[in-house]
Amino acid sequence: MSNAPLLEMRNISKDFFGNKVLVDINLSLREGEVLGLCGENGAGKSTLMKILFGMDVIRETGGYGGDVLLCGERAEFATPFDALAAGIGMVHQEFSLIPGFTATENILLNREPKKHSVLSEVFGDRLNALDRREMDQRSAAAIDKMGVHIDADMTINSMPVGHKQFTEIARELSKEQLRLLILDEPTAVLTEKEAEALLESIRGMSRRGIAIIFITHRLHEILAVCDKVVVMRDGRVVQDCPAKETSVPEITRQMVGRDVDLAGGEAREVRDLSSAKNILSVRGLWVDMPGELVRHVDLDVREGEILGIGGLAGQGKLGIPNGIMGLYEAGGKVVFDGAEIPLNNPRRCLDSSLAFVSEDRRGVGLLLDESLEWNVAFPAMQIQNKFLIRLLGGLIQWRDAKAIHAVTEKYIDELAIKCTGTRQSARELSGGNQQKICLAKAFALEPKFLFVSEPTRGIDVGAKALVLDALRRFNRESGVTVVMISSELEELRSVCDRIAIISGGRVSGILPAAAASEEFGMLMVSKVV
Amino acid sequence: MRNESKDQNLNSPSKPQDVRKTVPAPQQAAELEKAQMGPVRALAASFGLPRLIITAFLLLMFIAAPIVGNDFWTQISNVINRFSWNAILVLAMVPMIHSGCGLNFGLPLGIISGLLGATLSIEFGFTGAASFFMAILIATPISVVLGCGYGWLLNRIKGGEMMIATYVGFSSVSFMCMMWLLLPYHSPTMVWGFAGKGLRTTISLEGFYSEALARLLRIQIGNLSIPTGTLLFFALMAFLMWAFLHTKTGTAMTAVGSNPTFARAAGVNVDRMRLLSVVLSTWLGALGILVYEQGFGFIQLYNAPFYMALPAVSAILIGGASVNKASIVNVLIGTFLFQGMVTMTPTVMNSIIHTDMSEVIRIIVSQGMILYALTRKSEGGSH
Repeated sequence: MSNAPLLEMRNISKDFFGNKVLVDINLSLREGEVLGLCGENGAGKSTLMKILFGMDVIRETGGYGGDVLLCGERAEFATPFDALAAGIGMVHQEFSLIPGFTATENILLNREPKKHSVLSEVFGDRLNALDRREMDQRSAAAIDKMGVHIDADMTINSMPVGHKQFTEIARELSKEQLRLLILDEPTAVLTEKEAEALLESIRGMSRRGIAIIFITHRLHEILAVCDKVVVMRDGRVVQDCPAKETSVPEITRQMVGRDVDLAGGEAREVRDLSSAKNILSVRGLWVDMPGELVRHVDLDVREGEILGIGGLAGQGKLGIPNGIMGLYEAGGKVVFDGAEIPLNNPRRCLDSSLAFVSEDRRGVGLLLDESLEWNVAFPAMQIQNKFLIRLLGGLIQWRDAKAIHAVTEKYIDELAIKCTGTRQSARELSGGNQQKICLAKAFALEPKFLFVSEPTRGIDVGAKALVLDALRRFNRESGVTVVMISSELEELRSVCDRIAIISGGRVSGILPAAAASEEFGMLMVSKVV
Repeated sequence: MRNESKDQNLNSPSKPQDVRKTVPAPQQAAELEKAQMGPVRALAASFGLPRLIITAFLLLMFIAAPIVGNDFWTQISNVINRFSWNAILVLAMVPMIHSGCGLNFGLPLGIISGLLGATLSIEFGFTGAASFFMAILIATPISVVLGCGYGWLLNRIKGGEMMIATYVGFSSVSFMCMMWLLLPYHSPTMVWGFAGKGLRTTISLEGFYSEALARLLRIQIGNLSIPTGTLLFFALMAFLMWAFLHTKTGTAMTAVGSNPTFARAAGVNVDRMRLLSVVLSTWLGALGILVYEQGFGFIQLYNAPFYMALPAVSAILIGGASVNKASIVNVLIGTFLFQGMVTMTPTVMNSIIHTDMSEVIRIIVSQGMILYALTRKSEGGSH
């Protein structure tokens, strides 16, 4: 083995139609080394990995500059197959598994050991039979290499998400020539326990001499397993140092290029709204939302505040807004601004100037196939007859394309939504920008009261800060009462005035945002069922 | 598509405009890609290769027709005529596609409303153009009532609309086969001569509304004959449909089709929108068959409605619609291509092989087109 590193990338640059997305990237990776690659969405991580993996899209858009060296030799992959042959494996964010096949079948797909038979002698290799026993052995070996146990005979569709992820990894490991494995946000869909198992298996693989590039937004994971950390921002490497010499705040700072203080620190103002009247009171609310059962919630929301609702997953915090807004069957009494709101009727809530940004962005929050204009303007048009031109004395309500365009432009500017124009379809935006469209949709309603459910789920740290800031501004400038539901306590503490903790489908307590984490922690587990 | 390269604006949140200009967004990328792949492939990508092939074949037919001895202008007239008969039936597909109810395989229900309107209008003694408008007038409430029932049913079986729609179409046709015999019609122009009761399978519209629209402002130059009235009537309907889709209700209908949960969360009554779309579709079906009859010159009863839904479904699919997206342009292109093929191919083939095979070839071509169109069903759709 020569002294040259396993992988070296020298002066890599790439532009898409004149827009530079990668500038002068230098990386090197030795055998068995684990490299943590982080950066916000759009920092250029995925593009860099596509170059390394020889994806078609790179060549089609004019190739790249600089050199990729494998063991000191210049390598240029025309297709991902070349990259595979050279021993590079990649596990993508999206699963590419066949649901009805077992783990073994998926792991060895198209590389199955075969047995010759009479038929195949006559009609050619395509009629070879699969060597099941050999297959079982190989997949068992791959799973063993990974160090996490999964059932090789289970079909993919009956597996929990985490095991699907492990199956993908095992598939890469089953390739004997594998020298470098790229993991693109493998832990995003995993539970904490599964993620821990994955980290353990990364350590195991690295001990066996496989180099790993580990891309994730969960920074503590990087510190836990990586030998070195590379931080990218705006297509440049802004930090490249051993993992021991850095810390989560340091990485975060490098990623966004400024100090991000999600917790607010001294900057957070303390408001005393205890004298404000109750704008919403909930009594005896139950909601039948699968997985988020609400049993009995009594809650008062003060006018003008930002109330956080937190708690562990599955304890019912998401059921509260979904129930009040009529999306799931609910019962109990909800009084808003002096008038009782009938439940199980989305229209009546919306008519009373309540708005809801759902946690299910793609399912409930957006018309994925329609333009941004439609997404932003639709609820306001339907509920408040905004953006309509009345013809023939109000008989015909014509869509006012100009007004719709104007309002969409306005929110695109205000929320710094990145898109090609107001007519782009919502599907094409990134998660953070989709979330902003959801907020714009709610803002366009100009509600008195806003429920925001998991506003930062699945978006990166920079977009997170912008979304939270937009919410805070909306609350301060328009005087809108906001109830924000989130699983991330720190996030709640950064924007909210008070935080209610839901446990076992009930409110286990309400604390001011400044209370200590331990107190919140106690409440979270107090009534868990 | 995960285009991460465009997602960096933290350093310039105050200048989103600038950011947007430099974004290599998917659309721009697609445009550039098109520019690189040359005009032919770009056209194929935007218009769709299959449609391009069908268009090319149709053009070939138009060129071949005079060569093998058919009169070119007569052929053109035939195609335009058949287009004018069928266009509204194809237009009837649009509302249900928009509301997410899928393709209206239950079109025969609308057609039956139209047939009831037509026969009742004649039974009541209306003649000439008046019988046409009376037929529309009578068919309207019938189609609304039937459409409501049909829509109510479809709201109960969300997800399986197209299959149930097919059954509704078929069973209603069979039911009416009995009714045409049993209903107390007496008009001598319509009932069986000997028995004096029960409607005939084919009823001539001579003296009633045969060509009621087509005659209007008809342009006749040599062998070229354009049924201006029918085309204008279709244009009016297409305009109304286009306009409807631009109203608040029309917007809600499209949103229901695009994402019902989103629409519900925005306070739209999803079931009511779907019902409305089904009623609209059924009413257009009734209107469509009346326009078809006035062009064709005959009312066809009994099993005839069986064979009306599939060509209309195929036409809109060939026109580029998917199961949940359709536009007026899809209707225009689709009807023209489908009817053009069905009209031209048998004639030209006949002249080439000098035997009267027109009916056989017509069936092969039209069923073939239907088969092809149905295989394209999922294109662009999310079902």
